[in-house]
Amino acid sequence: MNEGWKEPPQSPLLVLENLKKHYPIKRGLLNRTSDYVKAVDGVDLNIMPGETLGLVGESGCGKSTIGRSIVGLERPTDGRIRFQGADISKLSGREMIRLRSQVQIVFQDPYSSLNPRKTVGSLIAEAVRVHRVVQPGEVDAEVDRLLDLVGLPKNSKSRYPHEFSGGQRQRVGIARALALKPKLIVCDEPVSALDVSIQAQVLNLLKQLQKELNLTYLFIAHGLGAVRYISDRIAVMYLGKVVEVGPTKEIFRNPKHPYTRALLDSYPIANPHLRDRERIVLEGDVPSPVNPPSGCRFHTRCPMAQAQCRQEEPRLAGEGSHSAACLFSH
Amino acid sequence: MDSLLAVTDLRTSFDTDQGQVVSVDRVSFDLKAGETLAIVGESGSGKSVTALSIMRLLGKGSRIQDGEIRLEGENILELDEKKMRDVRGNRISMIFQEPMTSLNPVFTIGNQLMEAIRLHLNRDKRQAKAHAVEMLRKVGLPRPEQIMDEYPFALSGGMRQRVMIAMALACRPSVLIADEPTTALDVTVQAQIMRIMKELCAEAGTAIVLITHDLGVVAEMADRVLVMYAGQVVEEADVFTLFDHPRHPYTQGLLRSVPHLDLDDEDDLQSIPGAVPARYHSMQGCRFHNRCPFATDKCAAELPPLFETQEGHKSRCWEIEAATARWEEAKAL
Repeated sequence: MNEGWKEPPQSPLLVLENLKKHYPIKRGLLNRTSDYVKAVDGVDLNIMPGETLGLVGESGCGKSTIGRSIVGLERPTDGRIRFQGADISKLSGREMIRLRSQVQIVFQDPYSSLNPRKTVGSLIAEAVRVHRVVQPGEVDAEVDRLLDLVGLPKNSKSRYPHEFSGGQRQRVGIARALALKPKLIVCDEPVSALDVSIQAQVLNLLKQLQKELNLTYLFIAHGLGAVRYISDRIAVMYLGKVVEVGPTKEIFRNPKHPYTRALLDSYPIANPHLRDRERIVLEGDVPSPVNPPSGCRFHTRCPMAQAQCRQEEPRLAGEGSHSAACLFSH
Repeated sequence: MDSLLAVTDLRTSFDTDQGQVVSVDRVSFDLKAGETLAIVGESGSGKSVTALSIMRLLGKGSRIQDGEIRLEGENILELDEKKMRDVRGNRISMIFQEPMTSLNPVFTIGNQLMEAIRLHLNRDKRQAKAHAVEMLRKVGLPRPEQIMDEYPFALSGGMRQRVMIAMALACRPSVLIADEPTTALDVTVQAQIMRIMKELCAEAGTAIVLITHDLGVVAEMADRVLVMYAGQVVEEADVFTLFDHPRHPYTQGLLRSVPHLDLDDEDDLQSIPGAVPARYHSMQGCRFHNRCPFATDKCAAELPPLFETQEGHKSRCWEIEAATARWEEAKAL
């Protein structure tokens, strides 16, 4: 955890401690492991109850792997995931099932995450029934309640996913996640696949549900606009590491890490009067996570890199709740 | 008129199991030399089909039913396939959203680049190679000589899109059609690609038709904007007018639903209720009326024409005055 982080009034709902996920690369006749993709390489984060932590970064930075590790779809290589104080990174199957009612996920693609052969009603009822959320006789009423909660008409129950638009399907996905009355929902790019006018609907719904049900979100996205709108705090990732974390306003007004600054500058602004603003445009691509650069992982693209950055790996540090992993940001 | 590409009343239809579907309905626009025209719309608005119609690359079961597409005065809909091939890549080029699927995986980058150059520019092998390397250098690829011998899979998404741009601009076409060129890329790479596209086209005097759903990209790149909804043009204006004084309720809704980076915490994102109707082609009246806050009985009954409210600013709406008043009022606050 960061130094200087004031002792919060509540304890965090979720804590990631030095979380690592390395995928082996198998090669050759004997299928030997030749190397590892270091998708997540030592991440410390915490999420307070009721807050939304936005997790941003470019593709391959490890943000989705973190989300999937939290809900148990990936088993971490190293480190701990504490949910309400208990380590959930090494649960058995049975314990995992129990955890699922507390931690849920909404996926990016509402087209591939719903079984096309099941009606929306049975898709939602399945979760309710398996986890015995209500008495068997009340399942139907519960499904109605959930549909109503996410703003879908009651007659949706007997219809199939293909009959719905992308935005409506994402609502079904949200209803399914809510069915178990979870405390934490991992939203993995929930609006990236949707049209602009529909994105706003889904974002507003997520925000409203959070207020009503006191939910905690980990909101994973690459679009900064959506994250800015929904998050209380934001963590920026680059090549498997968190490079900056802080309150949303702070990150946007006063970004400390050069990567965060470049990310903000790259984001196209829907205002033609600002098109000639000064900004940092990064050169090159994100390096491979198999052999990340030495020292600071960003040094190969950083406009202000020094010789020191090549050797020394910066740690997250800063004042109060806003910290950055850069040797020259302070 | 010194229009380079003039599209008039373009109508493109698809044959489906449920009969014929008109997905581009009387779209017209003029593109002047060197300018960037953005066509913006949500999925299914017909913006990509418009682009494919211009290239005459529509698949089976789809056809251009009506209209004219004039390139430097010549109606390219009347050209035979052989002549059309001379137009493609030489006078009009296109780059697509997915750079992986638009490159041939079994040929080297150099091979694919040189093919276009030798075909259209009549260069011998050595000259073509020198030109190809020069193009790769121009799009900012490191070690272009080596990349000539590499296969597409060895390159990242951003590098592939650079190769596509190099290929598209190799013959100095007068028009480049870019269909969501940066949508599949990360934001930091997107910024690089947009900058390169803009610079190279300015240098060669190439006009751009930029097809996108991203209003941010429009604001950064376009000179003029065409907003499409359900197969029709609903608004057309220069980029500053469109963002400052949108006249169509759909455009206004789109602009309000973009999460701004400078949004205040308290502000709620405004959204457009509902979704694009699935069977809009058989719809009566204005296609936006069932999502529109200003809709009247007339809107449900009668399709509004594209009214020209000022020179160069058109809006397909019966209630332009009400929509305008509401927007300017909200803006003044």
